[in-house]
Amino acid sequence: MALAFDEYGRPFIILKEQDQKTRLRGIDAQKANISAGKAVARILRTSLGPKGMDKILQSPDGDVTITNDGATILEQMDVDNQIAKLMVELSRSQDYEIGDGTTGVVVMAGALLEQAERLLERGIHPIRIAEGYEMASRIAVEHLEHISQKFDFGTTNIEPLVQTCMTTLSSKIVNRCKRHLAEISVKAVLSVADLERKDVNLDMIKVEGKVGGKLEDTELIYGITVDKDMSHPQMPKQIEDAKIAILTCPFEPPKPKTKHKVDIDTVEKFQTLRLQEQKYFDDMVQKCKDVGATLVICQWGFDDEANHLLMHRNLPAVRWVGGVELELIAIATGGRIVPRFQELTPEKLGRAGLVREKSFGTTKDKMLYIEHCANSRAVTIFIRGGNKMMIEETKRSIHDALCVARNLIRNNSIVYGGGSAEISCSIAVEAAADKYPGVEQYAIRAFADALDSVPMALAENSGLQPIETLSAVKSQQIKENNPHNGIDCNDVGTNDMRQQDVFETLIGKQQQILLATQVVKMILKIDDVISPSDY
Amino acid sequence: MAIEKIFKDDASEEKGERARMASFVGAIAITDLVKTTLGPKGMDKILQSTGRGHGVTVTNDGATILKSLHIDNPAAKVLIDISKVQDDEVGDGTTSVVVLAGELLREAEKLVAAKIHPMTIISGYRMAAECARNALLQRVADNKGSAEKFRSDLMKIAMTTLSSKILSQDKVYFAQLAVDAVMRLKGSTNLEAIQIIKKPGGSLRDSFLDEGFILDKKIGLGQPKRIENAKILVANTAMDTDKVKIYGARVRVDSMSKVAEIEGAEKEKMREKVQKIIAHGINCFVNRQLIYNFPEELFADAGVLAIEHADFDGIERLALVTGGEIASTFDNPESVKLGHCDLIEEIMIGEDKLIHFSGVEMGQACTIVLRGASHHVLDEAERSLHDALCVLSQTVNDTRVLFGGGWPEMVMAKEVDELARKTPGKKSHAIEAFSRALVAIPTIIADNAGLDSADLVAQLRAAHHKEGCNAGIDVISGSVGDMADLGISESFKVKQAVLLSATEAAEMILRVDEIITCAPRQREDRM
Repeated sequence: MALAFDEYGRPFIILKEQDQKTRLRGIDAQKANISAGKAVARILRTSLGPKGMDKILQSPDGDVTITNDGATILEQMDVDNQIAKLMVELSRSQDYEIGDGTTGVVVMAGALLEQAERLLERGIHPIRIAEGYEMASRIAVEHLEHISQKFDFGTTNIEPLVQTCMTTLSSKIVNRCKRHLAEISVKAVLSVADLERKDVNLDMIKVEGKVGGKLEDTELIYGITVDKDMSHPQMPKQIEDAKIAILTCPFEPPKPKTKHKVDIDTVEKFQTLRLQEQKYFDDMVQKCKDVGATLVICQWGFDDEANHLLMHRNLPAVRWVGGVELELIAIATGGRIVPRFQELTPEKLGRAGLVREKSFGTTKDKMLYIEHCANSRAVTIFIRGGNKMMIEETKRSIHDALCVARNLIRNNSIVYGGGSAEISCSIAVEAAADKYPGVEQYAIRAFADALDSVPMALAENSGLQPIETLSAVKSQQIKENNPHNGIDCNDVGTNDMRQQDVFETLIGKQQQILLATQVVKMILKIDDVISPSDY
Repeated sequence: MAIEKIFKDDASEEKGERARMASFVGAIAITDLVKTTLGPKGMDKILQSTGRGHGVTVTNDGATILKSLHIDNPAAKVLIDISKVQDDEVGDGTTSVVVLAGELLREAEKLVAAKIHPMTIISGYRMAAECARNALLQRVADNKGSAEKFRSDLMKIAMTTLSSKILSQDKVYFAQLAVDAVMRLKGSTNLEAIQIIKKPGGSLRDSFLDEGFILDKKIGLGQPKRIENAKILVANTAMDTDKVKIYGARVRVDSMSKVAEIEGAEKEKMREKVQKIIAHGINCFVNRQLIYNFPEELFADAGVLAIEHADFDGIERLALVTGGEIASTFDNPESVKLGHCDLIEEIMIGEDKLIHFSGVEMGQACTIVLRGASHHVLDEAERSLHDALCVLSQTVNDTRVLFGGGWPEMVMAKEVDELARKTPGKKSHAIEAFSRALVAIPTIIADNAGLDSADLVAQLRAAHHKEGCNAGIDVISGSVGDMADLGISESFKVKQAVLLSATEAAEMILRVDEIITCAPRQREDRM
């Protein structure tokens, strides 16, 4: 540990309690950081691609998650190392920004770190490496733009969108019925998409799951499902042409916010209070009835008496509906959320063509379906599957597919998948490297090598000879001048990804490269790690 | 340079072959555990809880056994989960699904050892599962058209389900019971409407199905014990002190006399409420909540039978059978629908008094009274009956029926074998393995019955070589028999669920190549 001395030879204390801290400096710190980053990337490497494997994650409470989604794996891992945490962050930001490619970005960063290690050993300064990477990433992103293609889709021609979603889903366990799920995702996104503004609010798509049944039974509901049943068991189970009053006030006597006390000191007061109370309930129900509602959806509970009155007046009601669902119902049915009974008017009612209660399996599980809504913008994807883990994994996969579809609507440029884009970038970067004078040239070349590692991992996971396959595809790309050649993971028999219909979004790929480069730059710039030592 | 530790202290990571092996071992251990309970001659397990009293459960029901296990192995958890889902979804086949998934993994383990990639195995399994399902679809019988045949189908299914349980001695009797109960539901799958009351004492044969409704409650003092032509009001209302619900209300008085006045008013209020209730023209009042002595007395005076504190399920069922509505306000007597039944009386079962409603209007709900030597027997009988009821109610909705006794497995195995022969590539090994896993089920059934499984399964396979054969294992006589003649049937829905969830689970476990275990959360030691 470094010590400083004053003119009398007494040591200055620079770090508090320094003997209790461990400190790594210089090249050692960089190497330690790089190896930690690589270790994380190594875990995810086998999950990449359509033939990638899953991981079992056991949480501190013993719950089991089985997944193939990079972001989920990293999030649930009990990571202690700071650099490893950076990698976790990296994958998370890809998830937030793009929603897909969370595994790829970590693998890419791992490969960049590996290359950097070699350059460090040759004595190149880390900042020069970082700068070289920066230049190279710019070249790669520009090249991606160059090889990308626009493609047209409309509400009638959804095929290209479905194909892209299928590419995303094919690496997940749900790839058995990827076609079905991809169609569901695309239809869901299109029905909530605002094509003019090119924006999609994914909050309008609710993904619900219930165990039991087959994956094939997964359906898209043009409406909302609520995991609740009618407040009174004898209310009608099916309502056609429902007019829905959406309330956030309870069917209970009002509770003013200000503190107050009602003192009862005479019999008369007692009696008036009682009558008053009965009138409250009567008024509430009557008001709902007066505006013509045929269904009441309430965020709060009902008093027993109110419940019976509702039942009595033939006004079905649902209680304890969560805030988010309430909002969705309001959006879907075109109703307004009404906070007070006094403000209930016929215009504020929502409309739905059909509201029905549906029960599942042998247990008393019931769900409420609200369909054929006035404004069919809010949709629900209802997942069925053999077990809880399957449903959770399907939810994650659908989320990825939804994100991809949304990205395409925002920006309809695509690049081809199967590692073809990476290989093409690698060739371009390699070629550009020679033009740069200075040490950065080496870093740029290293970047090109790192880009190769994604197709290499793809080939490895698919059981192909990685080096042979990659070099064959690379030479083919150069010879045919065709940037669409990639790794044939599914044994289709052609390397041309255009024929295999494997697409990825342009922004997804660009983000991957930019984010990975950024994180690697950050890691390379660290030359001192001070941490409390273990006791 | 040492590789940096990236996980927290107690977290562990297992990779590749080791991870795969850990999950295979866990899954196969679970399978071996429940394997012996499969089939009509399967054995039971004793489960002792670690909780207070060390309660003992004796059962043969796969889901119950697995639910009570404390498992650490993640792959084993997957299997337990599918068993639970099978229980919730179709109610039966909870053991079969685990055994099939386990056998699939056992076969997969061999293939992995023979250097076949798990992904190849998965795609082979998928093809095989699809093919097996189609094979079943081709051979289903559907007797929806004829009510009589359908009823006999239901009887057969119920008997097959019950034959592996404690009720197997009286399976004809209980099958009849279960079929009667389910037919009353008229296609609804809401088993809540069937109430099962357990009373120790007597023998299992003394159990009976009651057409009416039995409420496990006593009749209030001084009230009539027998009412003919009863008009029933089912209510959910406070009959203790009816509180003022307006927030912040409280009583503040300055003299004793005023307290008395208010008390009087309160009493008056209750009296009014009772009067209103009686004004409905009823002679029986059932409330979900407590009824205090004072109103009870008023009811007794009016000759109305008042039953307090019926639980929520009881109220709902009662409303269902008597056709009344559950009321909470009593101002409009003319529009409240009253329940109706011919006779209410107090009956004795064993030592307990129960209230019996007979001659009810809507016959949807019914009550099954189980009698038996001990609580353990009763609990197990209830589980068995529940299985049967679940399967039957599902079959009423999906009327397709298959034969039992290992017949469906053999049919599937044959088709899958043929597919294996036609499929080029490494997948065919996996498909073949799938068929071997299917055959394992009749083998286990035979083994559990103490029969020569190798011989029987070989005979069965030969018999199935002919088209349209109905051969299965006849455990009773220990030979291959015609399932149509023996009347052993199973529901198609159950078999399909077994096949699909088992394949799904096996696939899920096979795809794993790494297990990351987080450090267990630190807890206070409560033991």
